[in-house]
Amino acid sequence: MSTAPEKIKDTIANADLQKAIYTATGRLMSHRAASIAPDALDGYQELRTAAHEIKRHAIENLDYYLEQFERNVASHGGKAVFCADANDVADFVLDLAKKRGAHLIVKSKSMTTEEIDLNERLEHHNLESVETDLGEYILQLAHQRPYHIVAPALHMTRYEVADLFTERLGTEREVVIEKQTKIARSVLREKFLAADIGISGANFLVADSGAVVVVENEGNARLTTSAPKIHIAIAGIEKLIPRAQDLPLFLKLLGRSATGQAMTVYTSFLAGPRREDEIDGPDEFYVVLLDNGRTKLLADPMKRESLFCIRCGACLNHCPVYRKIGGHNYPWIYSGPIGKIITPQFHGVMHDPWLPFASSLCGACAEVCPVKIDIPKLLLQLRTEVVEAKSQEGQGGSERRGFRMYAWLMRHPKLFRIFGKIGAKFSPHPREGAWIRRLPRFMRVGPLRNWIAQRDLPPPAKKSFHDLWRKR
Amino acid sequence: MMNRVRAALGRTAGQPPTPPPPVTLRTRNLNASERVEVFVQQFEKLNGKVVRVRSRSDAGTAVRDLMNGQMAVASNSPFLHECGVANLAGVRTGFTSRDELRAACAEAAFGITSADHALAETGTLVLISSPREARLISLLPPAHIAVIAASTILSDLDELLKRSPEPAKVSSSTVFITGPSRTADIEQILVRGVHGPGEIHAVIVEGEE
Repeated sequence: MSTAPEKIKDTIANADLQKAIYTATGRLMSHRAASIAPDALDGYQELRTAAHEIKRHAIENLDYYLEQFERNVASHGGKAVFCADANDVADFVLDLAKKRGAHLIVKSKSMTTEEIDLNERLEHHNLESVETDLGEYILQLAHQRPYHIVAPALHMTRYEVADLFTERLGTEREVVIEKQTKIARSVLREKFLAADIGISGANFLVADSGAVVVVENEGNARLTTSAPKIHIAIAGIEKLIPRAQDLPLFLKLLGRSATGQAMTVYTSFLAGPRREDEIDGPDEFYVVLLDNGRTKLLADPMKRESLFCIRCGACLNHCPVYRKIGGHNYPWIYSGPIGKIITPQFHGVMHDPWLPFASSLCGACAEVCPVKIDIPKLLLQLRTEVVEAKSQEGQGGSERRGFRMYAWLMRHPKLFRIFGKIGAKFSPHPREGAWIRRLPRFMRVGPLRNWIAQRDLPPPAKKSFHDLWRKR
Repeated sequence: MMNRVRAALGRTAGQPPTPPPPVTLRTRNLNASERVEVFVQQFEKLNGKVVRVRSRSDAGTAVRDLMNGQMAVASNSPFLHECGVANLAGVRTGFTSRDELRAACAEAAFGITSADHALAETGTLVLISSPREARLISLLPPAHIAVIAASTILSDLDELLKRSPEPAKVSSSTVFITGPSRTADIEQILVRGVHGPGEIHAVIVEGEE
């Protein structure tokens, strides 16, 4: 099987980075645990089940809810725009910007817009598009990808931020975090008030209301969606929930799973442009409904469960693999366990065949997922697909032969015992340990090679278990 | 796209949905005095400051004291007028133009609003955009003062949505405010007042109805 990127070794060797990842995710885990404990929240497990069922229903009837959503958005004076892919979205935004003579766009955090590289596309056409979430703003200045769904700049230190601000903003070097935040606040405040268009994501799309729900802690999403005259919300089609009355359930789960907050500082429920008598708010309201491969996922009855994801990041925080390799070692914008199951479905399993195997299937992700996505089951399914695709391509022959030999041996107990006795005769004394690495190089081949590079096996026992059992 | 969605699901145009799972709304159903106590407790946990008063005119005094001689922009909420906030020195109110409002907010130290509802369980203020409450007053100035009657406090979001299942019909914007603006994006260190107000105050009028 192909291997994970080499730079994983660098990440693991970087002690500071390891510490940053570990403490950030550790903190998010303990906050979550405190917020869902029985004394803080009643019936957490039932809420998960209820959320799973509602998401399943919404996804299985997605056409109905998309149409209902579209109608309701229109009824409030807004417009739903269906976009098949990144180009469609860029075309729509560019077209609208041109028609309105827009030059400056402010953006609040949206994984979906990162998925389609929206900023890059807009900048290509001389539209300034400024990220306003503090972490995302820092990353934009640094030209980097987010490290984590909820804590995008967790890998950066205040010193790196200080350097960045001095270099890109021309301000005096400032290492105090509170002051750095104030610098960003005043730079971005100007942008908010001058911007022609505000682009946001959406945590939920509410079908019966034609509304978009955006949760945040900073206030940048509120400013993005209230200050400019035009608001465009961009969301994957799977973000739909049927009813406004479903919101308490989902909001309870989202805040707690993501950061341990019963409710995030600001939750905006936005249904259309400002009404006639309202004093402020946008004059125009658009909701871009993005496919970008989601209908492919939708078509698979087992894998469509991955569309239930509400992007809380809990699976990342609890994943032993993520906590070691961090967000930049995943091939796509979505990292962690959820990234492992949706990346292959968007890009094809053979694009990153190592990905579904980069897991011990410990199941921590499934346990913490607020909508009960069975991630390990989907990983196993993807592994099957990788192996099948490989045998179609004629690869993996030595692995199959190895397993066939092993299976044959297991079916012939007498032979198994003979081989065991031979191995025991020639193995080193138990105290010497580590014998596989001493095998001649030509034997350390194929699928075992990577395994052997990191580990060894204890030598075969002098008396096998079968012998001991028979002696009893 | 709708065709792709339908094809993926094996559904046809106009096909009704399968029966949806029931709505899960569970309210704690606190009584009137519990609501105030729990709200105060939660609001203060979030670093919000509470002043409890027995009359509308006391509320006006409390706001004046909080303002401490600085400038403020107040919304057009009738409740604020009843509390005498509109007449306080340094308070500008009565805006109906977006641009004028914005300019005033840029200079103000405080944004003063009422609230359409409050949620005890989470210490949340619910602001619905209307001619009485503009969006930016609770957002642009560095501090926010909300003056509310104790009777506006509900148990939780579940109760609010049970009572008002159609928030989209009422307004283009309903905002739930739970604490001062914050971030921990740099080294996970908490900083308040990133883009929204770093300070929030609730003046709660109890007793007078």
